Amino acid sequence: MRVGIDLGSRTIKVATLVDGVLQDFRVEESGFEPHRQALEMVGSYKPGKITATGYGRHLAHKHFAQDVITEIKAHALGARHYYPDCMTILDVGGQDCKVIVLNQSGKVANFQMNDKCAAGTGRFLEIMAASLGYTIKEFGEAAMTSHQDVVINSMCTVFAESEVISMKNSGIKPADIARAVHLSVTSRLVGMLNRIGYKEKVVFSGGVANNPCIVKMLEERLQIPVFIPETPDIVGALGAAIHAGKNENDTLS
Amino acid sequence: MTAQPFEVKPYPEMWESLDMDVPRFEKSRQMLGEVYTNMYLSQTNRPAKMQYFDDMVSEIFGGRIQEMLEVKKTGKPIVGTFCVYIPEEVVVAAGGVCVGLCGGSQGSVPDAEKILPRNICPMVKSAYGFKAGRICPYFQTVDFVYGETTCDAKKKTWEILDRLVPTHVMEIPQMKNKRDKTLWLEEVHDFKAKVEDVCGEEITTEKLAQAIRVINNKRKALQRLTALRAHNPAPISGKDALLLEQIAFYDEPVRFAEKVNELCDELEERVKNDDGVADKSAPRVMVSGTPMALPNWKVHNLIETAGAVVVNEESCIGTRYFKDLIDENKSTMDEQLSVLTDRYMQIDCSCFTPNDDRVDQVLKEYRDSNAQGILHYSLQFCHTYNIEEIKIREACEKEGIPYLSIESDYSPEDVGQLQTRIEAFLEQIRE
Ligand code: SF4
Ligand code: SF4
Repeated sequence: MRVGIDLGSRTIKVATLVDGVLQDFRVEESGFEPHRQALEMVGSYKPGKITATGYGRHLAHKHFAQDVITEIKAHALGARHYYPDCMTILDVGGQDCKVIVLNQSGKVANFQMNDKCAAGTGRFLEIMAASLGYTIKEFGEAAMTSHQDVVINSMCTVFAESEVISMKNSGIKPADIARAVHLSVTSRLVGMLNRIGYKEKVVFSGGVANNPCIVKMLEERLQIPVFIPETPDIVGALGAAIHAGKNENDTLS
Repeated sequence: MTAQPFEVKPYPEMWESLDMDVPRFEKSRQMLGEVYTNMYLSQTNRPAKMQYFDDMVSEIFGGRIQEMLEVKKTGKPIVGTFCVYIPEEVVVAAGGVCVGLCGGSQGSVPDAEKILPRNICPMVKSAYGFKAGRICPYFQTVDFVYGETTCDAKKKTWEILDRLVPTHVMEIPQMKNKRDKTLWLEEVHDFKAKVEDVCGEEITTEKLAQAIRVINNKRKALQRLTALRAHNPAPISGKDALLLEQIAFYDEPVRFAEKVNELCDELEERVKNDDGVADKSAPRVMVSGTPMALPNWKVHNLIETAGAVVVNEESCIGTRYFKDLIDENKSTMDEQLSVLTDRYMQIDCSCFTPNDDRVDQVLKEYRDSNAQGILHYSLQFCHTYNIEEIKIREACEKEGIPYLSIESDYSPEDVGQLQTRIEAFLEQIRE
């Protein structure tokens, strides 16, 4: 069994692979000692080889994982697993987002990351949802009901939040504001995709890919279909699992 | 036998006499010693001849300052500069010392941000902060500083810096047409007059010829080092090489060239025996972009900690400083200053427009150094390098050169992000 573990800044994800097929996966909020927690999460499996990726990859490597790869490479491997003809990956997680462009053979040709600023990440959506009193699910649904083109001008989360609050106070409907927030995140993502020069097929992964409103808006803006893996949050962990044991000519199943 | 732990030597009395903030500086001294131990002394298979440069770091706030103060006592000028366009040959010809004052430390940035805008280049802020906080013995030793009109951040900071230390400004043109050389040459004449004025002595053609030879020799020694780094496996780490390029800005030039040449003799042996600091299979990265002033080792450290080796710095603290030499065969002052200016006009800084020579130079150095990828480094808010990056990127795309561009400052907060990006870049090279 090959195990991939993705130690992100907010969640830890584990994926296991047997004979090239995803067998199991888990996602947990990360606590104070991510490497302990990660070790517990893999503890119930009988791993042959473990590869770590994500922000805490080196910590996991120090304690138990045999190998590390960056989340860039992990997402490239994971996305190709679901879509062998994938050329671009857009990954939007809780605290960062990245765009990866592949070459024909699936190797990373170019990438861009944003993890310095919350704008264009799941965090941004969460903060705005909270300031309107929505859960994240309701937030997306509300946005879908609106057809008003209200615009949020601030890119910065802090300013955007106060903009949202003053919109609310000026009587703009929460659903319209929700739509505006989603549009703002979408523009940010489209901007990143354009800057790097994306190619079809575009695969969208990460927690935010579970948000149907963002997906719909992305497709409208890009005028192309965007493909969402079955389990968008664990694409990185899966990629790490695919990599696990790859370096040796092992006979692991 | 236990080796003495490395230490940057303290000279509290001397610092006091230089009107420094001694308690605060004492902390920077200790920190530098720790960082150096962690980043430098932990490297394996370092060339033995690095010893001299370790000692230079150890004496950075003491021994070398004492030497400069000795020179100063004789009435010779000690000139602080911030740019490789200021002709140090002229200062050396006057028997003086030219010292680079570019700041590479986060520690002095808050001092600068008390008055300067936050959104300007960290090098400028760091340098200004060193003076404002009285925490750099070099700044406290110089008679005056000579700034230049390259980027906006610098040229406007000179006006503010002048309140703390006499600051002269040399006008560097923005283009390289014939009339620009005329202006530049005049500025070089003025610079010479200013230096002569301070030391009360005329700079003769003999003295200038001698100084040109001295600085040419320093540059040649660094060229030799660069050529040796082209070998795979690399005989010296990028970090060590960068350190030498940084020390070039404050060491005594004759001795420095000698020591670099001694090191190169050792490296030649290594090259013969295929004895490297990294495995032959380690990715070879060339760094290009804005200068990394002492003690800015952040990116080199990340690259080399990730298992790669840096083989070239296309930067002012790097090849841009030493790739060009001055014709030594001129016998009149006018001719000498003219060929000197020609040499300085060849420096391809992004402050010039157009500056396409730099793109060719980057590609040339990439090939010459046997690198496998280019990492473009730009300091935050350095508009000229950040914009010129577009052309470097396009050239790399065209040539199929693996390429990564990063923009950073001196704060440690983006280290995690940079590490991921650099490792992903190395994965790209390895595949
Ligand atoms: S980058 Fe330009 S302005 Fe800065 S030191 Fe070099 S030549 Fe001078
Ligand atoms: S790095 Fe750029 S902004 Fe900073 S001093 Fe040099 S030219 Fe100016």
